[in-house]
Amino acid sequence: MLAALRKELLLQWRSRGQMMAVFVFGATSLLLFSFGIGPDASALRTYSAGFLWLGLLLSSTLTLAESFHAEMENRALEGLLLLPSDARALYYGKAIANWLQLALLGIALVPVMVILYDAGTTKVLQLIGIILLGTAGLSAPGTLYAGMTAQIKAKQMLLPLLLFPLIVPALLASVKATSLVILGDPMGQSKAWITLLAAFDLIYWSLCGLLFGRVVEE
Amino acid sequence: MKAKLPWIFLALGTLLLVGGSYMGLFVAPAERYMGDVQRIMYVHVPTAWNWMLAVLFAFGCAIAFLFTNNLKWDSRMEAGIEVGVLLGFLLCCQGAIWAKPTWGVWWDWDPRLTSVAVLLVASLGILALRGFVDEPPRRAVWSAVATIIASVDLPIVYFSVKWWNSLHQPQSTPETVASAFHVPLRVNAFGVLFLMIGFIMLRTRVAALRLKREVDVPQMHQEAGELA
Repeated sequence: MLAALRKELLLQWRSRGQMMAVFVFGATSLLLFSFGIGPDASALRTYSAGFLWLGLLLSSTLTLAESFHAEMENRALEGLLLLPSDARALYYGKAIANWLQLALLGIALVPVMVILYDAGTTKVLQLIGIILLGTAGLSAPGTLYAGMTAQIKAKQMLLPLLLFPLIVPALLASVKATSLVILGDPMGQSKAWITLLAAFDLIYWSLCGLLFGRVVEE
Repeated sequence: MKAKLPWIFLALGTLLLVGGSYMGLFVAPAERYMGDVQRIMYVHVPTAWNWMLAVLFAFGCAIAFLFTNNLKWDSRMEAGIEVGVLLGFLLCCQGAIWAKPTWGVWWDWDPRLTSVAVLLVASLGILALRGFVDEPPRRAVWSAVATIIASVDLPIVYFSVKWWNSLHQPQSTPETVASAFHVPLRVNAFGVLFLMIGFIMLRTRVAALRLKREVDVPQMHQEAGELA
């Protein structure tokens, strides 16, 4: 699994330009959201967490769809599966790489959000923690579905169609927790949302790893 | 006999549904606070129960397929998902009709409403996935996997009323409803149940026939090629 992870990270490092492009895409979508509701500073600040996560979600379909690109060339996936290791190792390697990539993207988008929406916070560590948990929720089912849809024609369309309804609980919890960090949490609700997020991650990281072997088998 | 069974279920279901709805509309008294609006519950609640059964059925078929690799479970799952989509759509429509005069809005971001909508969209996604994959075994595995993943949503749907305290009233059961109300409710529940079973059986047959054609046609081409 570590070898699979190293391979993924190396691949990602070698395609830094692509990562940059996804970041620009995410930042552009953050910019566009503000045109969607008008230049009302307080409303923008209120909804900033939602915009951040929607931007991240839209960007994630790009990175996730790309993540199986290398395997689809020259039937490399079959070669990988012939290795004397579990398909699960392949899955977790890829999922962790996707997770790190998305988390990095999320953290990189935070300053954009702060500048555009005036949504600053001093609880940086807590915010990073939520981004880590939330992107983990995106990456686990996202990697599984990317493995499926990479093998068929209409992948650009099917990946969001399958992924978006599924990650609604994770999205909801991430947005709530993030906005509680930004806007203050007088009722102490954020703990419940973070617990929900952690439970979602736990369920899908184990379930998807279990099922991935069946998805890629011939 | 076996060929006629779905039709018997459909006929029985229709009869029960007509009888139960007649009782619900004309025999049962109007509810004190909501008045006649409440009568939609005689179809809404049975639809909700049976929608959950249909989703559960599809989930069971998905697991059974992954363990047995028998494509007959795939056909059943396809039927379950499709009938589930139909029931879920009806559920949302009935709920909206009831919610407008009662809550004052068509839709509310209540967790249970939201979960039904989420699962409905997820089911449509799975059906779309099935449409794009041509090889039957791969299609079966993938949609089974997607069904299992989406079904993890179902407990969230069912318990969300308890988890997040919300606008939606706790689900009605015959125990929480006076007897004049629950007779039509029960009759309709069985009516919708029988209709659902009939539809799933018919739809399974369609799926199995389509599968047979998909598997047979390439062989026929091959044979024709060999003859020529």
